[in-house]
Amino acid sequence: MTRIVLLGGGAGGSMVSNQLARQLKPEILHGDVEITVINESDQHVYQPYFLYMAFDQAVPADAHRPERSVLNRQVKLIVGHAERIDRSANKVLMGDGQEVPYDYLVIATGSVPDPDSIPGLSEGGQTFYTEAGALKLRDALRDFQGGRIVVTVGVPHKCPVAPLEFTLMVHDWLKAHDLGDKSEVVYTYPIGRLHSLEPVAEWANQVFPQRGIQSQTFFNVETVDPHQKTLTSLEGETLAYDLLVAIPPHKGQDLIGRSELGDAGNWVPTDRHTLQMQGADNIYVLGDATNLPISKAGSTAHFEADVVAANISNRVHGGNGSLRYDGKVFCFIETGNDQATYIKFDYQHPPQPQAPSELIHLYKLAFNKMYWLSAAGIL
Amino acid sequence: MPEIKVVDARGSFCPGPLMELIKGIRQESVGTILEVWSSDRGSAKDIPEWVLKAGHAVVENREDEGFFKIQVQKMR
Ligand SMILES: Cc1cc2nc3c(=O)[nH]c(=O)nc-3n(C[C@H](O)[C@H](O)[C@H](O)COP(=O)(O)OP(=O)(O)OC[C@H]3O[C@@H](n4cnc5c(N)ncnc54)[C@H](O)[C@@H]3O)c2cc1C
Repeated sequence: MTRIVLLGGGAGGSMVSNQLARQLKPEILHGDVEITVINESDQHVYQPYFLYMAFDQAVPADAHRPERSVLNRQVKLIVGHAERIDRSANKVLMGDGQEVPYDYLVIATGSVPDPDSIPGLSEGGQTFYTEAGALKLRDALRDFQGGRIVVTVGVPHKCPVAPLEFTLMVHDWLKAHDLGDKSEVVYTYPIGRLHSLEPVAEWANQVFPQRGIQSQTFFNVETVDPHQKTLTSLEGETLAYDLLVAIPPHKGQDLIGRSELGDAGNWVPTDRHTLQMQGADNIYVLGDATNLPISKAGSTAHFEADVVAANISNRVHGGNGSLRYDGKVFCFIETGNDQATYIKFDYQHPPQPQAPSELIHLYKLAFNKMYWLSAAGIL
Repeated sequence: MPEIKVVDARGSFCPGPLMELIKGIRQESVGTILEVWSSDRGSAKDIPEWVLKAGHAVVENREDEGFFKIQVQKMR
């Protein structure tokens, strides 16, 4: 029997397992293939809603579904914390002592914000990059009386457009709550322009001055002083804040470090085309967990899932699994004022700008609902 | 000679070569040399610009086999 284990049942792991369950249905029913998802929680969490939770436009229940209901019936689910991957024995060792052997392993453990890597940040700053953080920020915004909101962006981070979206949305929010005259919004970005995607940076360059949003480029926060309410960058600039909203630098899961499979940031070295872990024939990696120089986004995980699932099922059927990932990424971008745009690119093709529209905004809202079909491997 | 770590950021439009370098600088120890590979001509300029601001050192900046290789040493 061929055992396929998916470590992580978030966006990437759920999509791959559901696609495999369809592609290998006869083999599963015949008892020749078994697909198992290991996930920490019994709930599947749709992270893009955290942005809306910060503005009280969504609540946790909107973002949660039982993981079991997201997975195909033929897929087994183990809920628990994976402690270590034992590559030489082809096993995942669970926190409760259980051993899960595999013939193919798919690592889809995602990434996590690491505020503790910046002294003072956990105490002095807010974030909407976790559910608990988004709810805390929602309450801080409710109590906000006006002043300076600083949005600061650390490296690396997932969902590269969320910081910009938050900035535009918080600006709208201040106006709507009659705090516009008493407040200012400052956005800081690590490199020399307002966004890594050039068309997005050019667009923000026009929109920020129109809306009165200030910005500071080449700013990588190094320390926060929660008492003085200041943040200082490693480039040597200091800014004062009344409310600090940080996108902390991210890291890969500790499990990757414990298993000695990652680099210093717990990112798994991955072949950019085959999506196999470098030097491993039977381990695939997708989503935020890879060390690839591409956006950490659900859409990236989606395009990668198509390749990983097709290659594993092809190999189970006796093929070589030769499909290649071309680096494709697609992102919707909320631009404020009830408008949105989108951008797509791959390793060979730079992003092309698209004019924002209300229609794209409505489509993005609909997409948030359609996510569940995509996780189920249907879309 | 310190170890050289290659950061293959060819074809990276987002996050892009400079952010990949910043990620590497953040996670590696002082003294490490990172060699960024970039297919974007702009990197040959904007990487050294940031390196100077952030107090690190450009060891080498060359075009090789149709892409750019920029070596940066983490100084602090
Ligand atoms: C505020 C916010 C807004 C976003 N907006 C967008 C957007 O608009 N568009 C977009 O494309 N992307 C967006 N994203 C990014 C997107 O959510 C992630 O890129 C995507 O979820 C990555 O998928 P993944 O499968 O790699 O990891 P995840 O979906 O994070 O899944 C990882 C899973 O692995 C499990 N796991 C980890 N370690 C262990 C362990 N040791 N044992 C057992 N289980 C484990 C976790 O519990 C989790 O379920 C957003 C993210 C945030 C935070």
